[in-house]
Amino acid sequence: MKRRSSLTLWTGAVFAGLVVLLALVSLFWLPYDSDDTSGGRLTGPGGGHLLGTDKLGRDLFTQLMTGSRIALQAGLGSVAVAALLGVTLGLLAAFAQGWFDDTLSALLDILIAFPTLLLAMLIVAARSATLGSAILAIGLAQSAVVARLTRILVKRVLAQDYITASRTSGTTWPRIVAGHVLPNMWPTLAVNLALQFGLAVLAEAGLSYLGLGAPPPNASWGRMLQEAQATFTTAPAGALAPGVLLVLLVIGVNLVADGLRDVLDPTARKDRAAA
Amino acid sequence: MTEPLLTVDGLTVRTGTGRELVSGLAFEIAPGERLGLIGESGSGKSLTTLAVLGLLPAGMTVTGSVRLDGTQIVGASEKTLVGVRGRSAAVVFQEPLTALDPLMRVGKQIAEPLRRRRDLKGTALKAAVVDLLEQVRLPEPDRIARAFPHEISGGQRQRVALAMALACDPALLVADEPTTALDVTVQAEMLDLIDGLVRDRGMAVLFVSHDLAVVAKVTDRVLVMKDGRAVESGAVTDVVRAPREAYTRALVDSARQLEAALDLDLGDAR
Ligand SMILES: Nc1ncnc2c1ncn2[C@@H]1O[C@H](COP(=O)(O)OP(=O)(O)O)[C@@H](O)[C@H]1O
Ligand SMILES: [Mg+2]
Repeated sequence: MKRRSSLTLWTGAVFAGLVVLLALVSLFWLPYDSDDTSGGRLTGPGGGHLLGTDKLGRDLFTQLMTGSRIALQAGLGSVAVAALLGVTLGLLAAFAQGWFDDTLSALLDILIAFPTLLLAMLIVAARSATLGSAILAIGLAQSAVVARLTRILVKRVLAQDYITASRTSGTTWPRIVAGHVLPNMWPTLAVNLALQFGLAVLAEAGLSYLGLGAPPPNASWGRMLQEAQATFTTAPAGALAPGVLLVLLVIGVNLVADGLRDVLDPTARKDRAAA
Repeated sequence: MTEPLLTVDGLTVRTGTGRELVSGLAFEIAPGERLGLIGESGSGKSLTTLAVLGLLPAGMTVTGSVRLDGTQIVGASEKTLVGVRGRSAAVVFQEPLTALDPLMRVGKQIAEPLRRRRDLKGTALKAAVVDLLEQVRLPEPDRIARAFPHEISGGQRQRVALAMALACDPALLVADEPTTALDVTVQAEMLDLIDGLVRDRGMAVLFVSHDLAVVAKVTDRVLVMKDGRAVESGAVTDVVRAPREAYTRALVDSARQLEAALDLDLGDAR
């Protein structure tokens, strides 16, 4: 059981780690400049270009590397927005009673039912098509999910005897939240945030595919997929490569989330404390 | 005549829908005095103890008066209540597993009230934690202080819960069925322990149990509850020997039968 979960965790970490490595290396070194079109159009793999070139003659691998940066930014950014906003709202809703809780819960349900794509289009229309707009849209949509989860988790922890026990000794609410509530909901929340990260990466790729994500000179995997679509039969690498990395990252993050579930489980701590 | 530590008068607890769960309860506890609260399961004992500390679940309404250590609890603000809780009264609950935070080391949980109440820090705080663990007669207090709740036995957890309550150094110790979840041999030790520690400190006790035999070991006076009302009260010996109400008599009988049945079962098992 323990071994299996750590295998899941490590497999996931390796998958996602590959993408992180690509992104880190891209900060210091790229095979070609991102706007270098000297390679000739749609050349196949080999001949100085590991994966060939795209229809403008740019090196595919270079684009994949800068794209990994965008994918990770999208995931981290969205999850940061979702966590900050979601946990705050969730805590407020859980502690509020009566109409505030009801209103907030209803709002969250509406926001959750609201299509992320439509939300993104509205935000892009109001601002512009940038990575920031995409992150904001995805983060907002996800914060509703995180808020609803937080509200349930907080209520569940607050109903526990140890909260009452702590209150009987005169502990104030802020201390109870920091000392007992947040630590006890963290394992479940962390797993959910890891899942949200994967979803955010997918959502950004989707938005870029539709031209609602990071604008052109930046190579987002979503837009690479879209651009390579027309020439898929003659030059499949252009579509396959970003697709494979996307799947690798998302599956990797999901495996990490799955492994975390067991590692963060309090009863699993027994082995560690005894060791 | 000194003022009682706890004066409950006309205490009535209702659900949001108006159903009465506790009705017109009245009793007093003088400083250092011990009162037992007994009654069948669901008779409102736990709600009464929660009402004493202003900890009833949201949605319930309370009327009447609860004066604890000179402070009116009914209708008091959270700020007032935080000041009273711990200092005037602390609680040991029935379920020793759920009463401890599963993710916090035992020592840290005991340190919390110590730090607040006695303003201790660093090594002095650590020493005070170990000292308390020794007072509740836990073996290897250093190891237990570092353990998580699921790493120690049920009986040990209940001792930890008792140590947490004592760490508050309250004037009144409220014990809500503190031995019900423990097996019989551990129960007796736990009762002795509470009895001794409370005697040393001159603490008043409100001891709740559905088991008259258990209450009789710790307290001198009992209040018998049924359906949220007091049906009988008096010295434990009087109530056991000559119960005035049929309900109390039933409690006395069932206590005797239970003890007998437990003895028999234990005999069979061996
Ligand atoms: N949160 C609650 N909401 C509604 N009813 C409750 C709640 N808590 C307890 N009760 C009811 O109040 C009555 C008294 O409960 P309690 O004080 O826990 O009994 P005891 O401790 O004597 O076993 C029971 O009938 C129980 O069902
Ligand atoms: Mg009870």
